Amino acid sequence: MSVKFDQCEAERMAAEWRYIITDMICRAGSGHIGGALSIVEILHTLYYRIMNTDPENPAWAGRDRLVLSKGHAAPVLYVALAYKGFFPAAWLGTLNADGTKLPSHADARSVPGIDATTGSLGQGLSVACGMAKAAKINGAANSVFCIIGDGESNEGQNWEAAMFAAHNKLDNLVAITDYNKFQIDGSTDEVLSLEPLTDKWRAFGWEVFEMNGHDWADIYTTLSKAKAVKGKPAMVIAHTIKAKGCPVVENTAGSHNIRIPDRASYDRYLGSLAVQDVKLPY
Amino acid sequence: MTLPSLKTMRDAIISSVAAKMLKDSSIYFLTADLGAPSLDQLRHDFPDRFMNVGIAEQNLINVGTGLALEGCRVFVLGIAPFVSMRCFEQIRNNLALLSQLRPVNITMLSVGAGFSYEVSGPTHHALEDLALMRTLPNLELFSPSDWVMAGAFVPYSLSQPTPKYCRLDGKPLPRIYPDSHAFDFHKGFEVLQTGDRVGLISTGSLTHGVLELCQNTPGWRDRVGLIDLFMFQPMDETALQNQLLNYSHIITIEEGFTGKGGLDGLVNRLVVQSRQKITVDAFGVPARYLFEAGSRAYLRQACGFGPDDIRRTVEQYLR
Repeated sequence: MSVKFDQCEAERMAAEWRYIITDMICRAGSGHIGGALSIVEILHTLYYRIMNTDPENPAWAGRDRLVLSKGHAAPVLYVALAYKGFFPAAWLGTLNADGTKLPSHADARSVPGIDATTGSLGQGLSVACGMAKAAKINGAANSVFCIIGDGESNEGQNWEAAMFAAHNKLDNLVAITDYNKFQIDGSTDEVLSLEPLTDKWRAFGWEVFEMNGHDWADIYTTLSKAKAVKGKPAMVIAHTIKAKGCPVVENTAGSHNIRIPDRASYDRYLGSLAVQDVKLPY
Repeated sequence: MTLPSLKTMRDAIISSVAAKMLKDSSIYFLTADLGAPSLDQLRHDFPDRFMNVGIAEQNLINVGTGLALEGCRVFVLGIAPFVSMRCFEQIRNNLALLSQLRPVNITMLSVGAGFSYEVSGPTHHALEDLALMRTLPNLELFSPSDWVMAGAFVPYSLSQPTPKYCRLDGKPLPRIYPDSHAFDFHKGFEVLQTGDRVGLISTGSLTHGVLELCQNTPGWRDRVGLIDLFMFQPMDETALQNQLLNYSHIITIEEGFTGKGGLDGLVNRLVVQSRQKITVDAFGVPARYLFEAGSRAYLRQACGFGPDDIRRTVEQYLR
């Protein structure tokens, strides 16, 4: 996928996404803001520079797949899909509302462009393996991307999938770990240390990359390299900041799922964001 | 009707799947490291579409899901207690739940119904899976009584874009049905004998012993009926209920826990809904795990559902 990249425009859009995500979650009264804001630049790069998709035809067989295994980060995926034109941006204002098409966790039922219903942690990478294996056997050229959380990596099924992918040489599979170093109950080091994380994936037979998950050039270069790996699956450990860009809870475990009990809280969160002149699409 | 020739349900299914795989490249077969000559043949004949995912049942279900979402028709093979209980949430989220949104054509071949692995102890007994799988919407639940029926399920299964759980006995068994038998998987049961007083209803391998009792016990002909239930959902509940109404006493027989929502749960509901005065006795495993080791006949007798236990209860109602 070759597109002209304007970093200023991308940064402006990322700030806009952060404002909209924060507004969506605050309007809903609660939500997983930390893990959504930590992958804004990654999702932007995937949808605008790396993945082949067709918003006019979300089920296009030749599309690259994305399994957002950390399904609680769905708000950022919804914003990315809306900006790409998969569905009207007005839907974004309905997160979790009665009758909404956008529930808090990624839902393949009513959201065009979502490849897998997720939310139960630890399961997405296995599904992505199945998709990648099918593509291999069918001779399809598409790639399968899967984003897992760092806390999610506690789940044992990830490591079953890790062995399967390496054994089957799924070089059309690129997994990304959102390594923001926090899970609900504290830092990943305190709860159940993942380190040495890169060594673990390497030992499982994956080609492993590390990147700064907020650096546009690093993300693009690393994901491009990961996509080009031959003979084995690729894992990209993305060093990110939980709730990046939302000073009220940035880089805290508490950002995992915030509660907005009143208007004052809403104003505090929205008012803390760097960009304020965002016109909400709903 | 009973003819000799022992075979496992697994091998009958694999043989039927292999024949289909020859003609249809969309069919895949995944196994969680089970060994069998029939599997070796499948691996040899279809190296691209046969996959051993290793001893990793949760991955088995979800890799199968990924393949099915890409349009493949997938069979996954594992040991019954591990497929049904270790992977219950994977089955719920990826098969039952997802299939409400999209076609997910996966057939779970869950080998080791009831006490199939009799001497392996309670970790390997599957006494809960019927009840567990009955709780899941959108999931077809198949419990064959012989290998002819098991093999015949394959073309039906391939034609249904839904997930299915097949509760397969682990032991080689004789056949009950002839090759030409036309099974109605939408109706879901066969009447093997009719009667006017006591109705026996069984599922899985138990049907063999119960059928033998019915055919060989003096005085039972025309008085004791036998229904072989092989589809738990979906199935023609009205047709089954009409059959049950032929009797004043019903006896359910299953190699699973009683009172937990298995066969007896289904039959009790249909009887209650009929508002008729019909008694229901449930034979099966009482609510405890069996640490006793021994043959299957020994374990069944220890639980109170050996042939003599069933005979005594039927005779009591025939007096």
